[in-house]
Amino acid sequence: MSRKLLILLAMAVFALAACSKGGTKPDGTEGAEGDAAAAGDYSSQSGLETGTVGQGTEYVEAGMEPGDDALIAETVIYFDFDTARIRTEYSEVLAAHARRLGVKSDLAVRLEGHADERGSREYNIGLGESRAQAVRQALMLQGVSATQITTVSYGEERPAVTGSSEEAWERNRRVEIVYSE
Amino acid sequence: MMNSALLRLIRLVGLVTLMTVSQTGNAQLRIEISRGVSGAVPVAVVPFAYEGRGQPPLDVAGLISDDLLRSGRFAPIDREDMIGRPTAAQDVNFTDWRLLKTDYVVIGRVVEDGLDRYQLQFQVFDVFRGNQVLGYQFQATAGNMRAVGHRAADLIFEKLTGIPGAFSTRVAYVSVVRDQEDVYRLIVADADGANPVIIAESSKPLMSPAWSPDGRRIAYVSFENNRSAVYVQELSTGSRKQVSASPGINGAPSYSPDGRWLALTLSGVDGNLDIHVLNPATGQKRRLTRNPAIDTEPAWSIDGKHIYFTSDRSGGPQIYKIAVEGPTSPQRVTFEGRYNARPRISPDGGTLAVVHNDRGNYRIAVIDLERKTTQVLSDGRQDESPSFAPNGSMLIYATGSGGRGVLAAVSTDGRVKQSIGSAAGDVREPAWSPYPAD
Repeated sequence: MSRKLLILLAMAVFALAACSKGGTKPDGTEGAEGDAAAAGDYSSQSGLETGTVGQGTEYVEAGMEPGDDALIAETVIYFDFDTARIRTEYSEVLAAHARRLGVKSDLAVRLEGHADERGSREYNIGLGESRAQAVRQALMLQGVSATQITTVSYGEERPAVTGSSEEAWERNRRVEIVYSE
Repeated sequence: MMNSALLRLIRLVGLVTLMTVSQTGNAQLRIEISRGVSGAVPVAVVPFAYEGRGQPPLDVAGLISDDLLRSGRFAPIDREDMIGRPTAAQDVNFTDWRLLKTDYVVIGRVVEDGLDRYQLQFQVFDVFRGNQVLGYQFQATAGNMRAVGHRAADLIFEKLTGIPGAFSTRVAYVSVVRDQEDVYRLIVADADGANPVIIAESSKPLMSPAWSPDGRRIAYVSFENNRSAVYVQELSTGSRKQVSASPGINGAPSYSPDGRWLALTLSGVDGNLDIHVLNPATGQKRRLTRNPAIDTEPAWSIDGKHIYFTSDRSGGPQIYKIAVEGPTSPQRVTFEGRYNARPRISPDGGTLAVVHNDRGNYRIAVIDLERKTTQVLSDGRQDESPSFAPNGSMLIYATGSGGRGVLAAVSTDGRVKQSIGSAAGDVREPAWSPYPAD
């Protein structure tokens, strides 16, 4: 599959995932559907009584979503063999990173693309770059400025795990999201 | 009837350590013959006479014998099996050597004739004809006697096979030691693994070494600034110059046959890898391919008019070729198999060595460009980075062995195979030097 096609596919999958997540509230934050919305309604009715001592209420920065901190803590995106298609399971993680970069425009990320050890080295630099670019496109699709993102591909040169097992290869096909000021 | 030298070679097929690894030099390569060739020519390299003070600086006969053995085309007989050890022409008893089924006898002497000055002479005799076929004399010092010995082996090889020897050449390769901090080293060693010299070292990846055609410079990729850049380094002075650090990927440098241009891969910020040519002296740069696919791993044709490269424009990686002086569009070259990458052209221009997916294994294959046939030469699971010896007789490549990267070499007819180990760390990306410039 050509790289361009892969990136387009990745973008399409990502867009679909974003659509399925739910609507956007008038205040600009994404509305979570189902339980969370219901819980919100409930707490507004019962006032202070739900906020017992020690439980607190999650402070959510403007433009961010509850749970974003946990999502942002996830900084490695893994890929299937010989593809730069972003798995749907990462759509929320990337959306959270995109929100963070949107809120803090002075933040920048370096997307480090990697490949497993199979095949030739410079071609694997290309594969790692395709993966980094797929993540870059996904972030830019969510409104992140191109100036906040740089990519680098290490190909198979910097494996997270050494070894020649399926498991090692899975751990090595990845993009690492590295923040810098 | 099998002759005794051939039987000995068959005993060697298996694993025979030819070079002992120095205890301190863990970058030293160790070369082993793992597949020999039947029909190798039996030859006796008799220990050379020494006239001088103390011990001779080097066992030159041993070095020549090892060179000939590694070529796979010769089967040097063991010293213990030599009936006599002549060191002068009049002492060579052809009847004895005929009984030993030895085709050629090499004799020689090293004579100290001054302070760190030696004369090295050798002669080669055809046992069946009973005459001398080659004789040379060299000046040497203790320091360059290995080089002189390899030169002698080159001359013997060429006289007896018609192919210039490549024993005086060198090999560049990358070694990686993973520890608290990774250490990547770019190393240049003699073709027999001796005299390894570290020419660059970094905690970030170093990759893709490429020799200039005169053997004086090496271009390579370094990630020392957390992004890729191409450098050119002079081997004699160690001075180096950053020649490409464009946004995005700067990779896969390859020298044009006239040494004036580098082909390389650039991607720009949008990550579209394409082939470019760059004149490192003037900075002049030209883009050759424009395709959203991955185009990389350029290699020049012998006449410098075309560039072969890897592209996945058809889906998986395949080899294409494009005229350097446009405006033609690239032509696909490989069709056999779903993965053909990292082309290298043979010195005679007739063969392309590639990384080829052979039933799920990545192996070294050679493609006959005229007959369009593909022959798989290696038998590993992850073989990569093939590089031709300048005489076209062997390919050196990288392979995995027990979870470690090691080097290996195979004759281009597939009949001789060697594994080349390193005492520590992974070694990979071997690049065989051109013939030394005189």
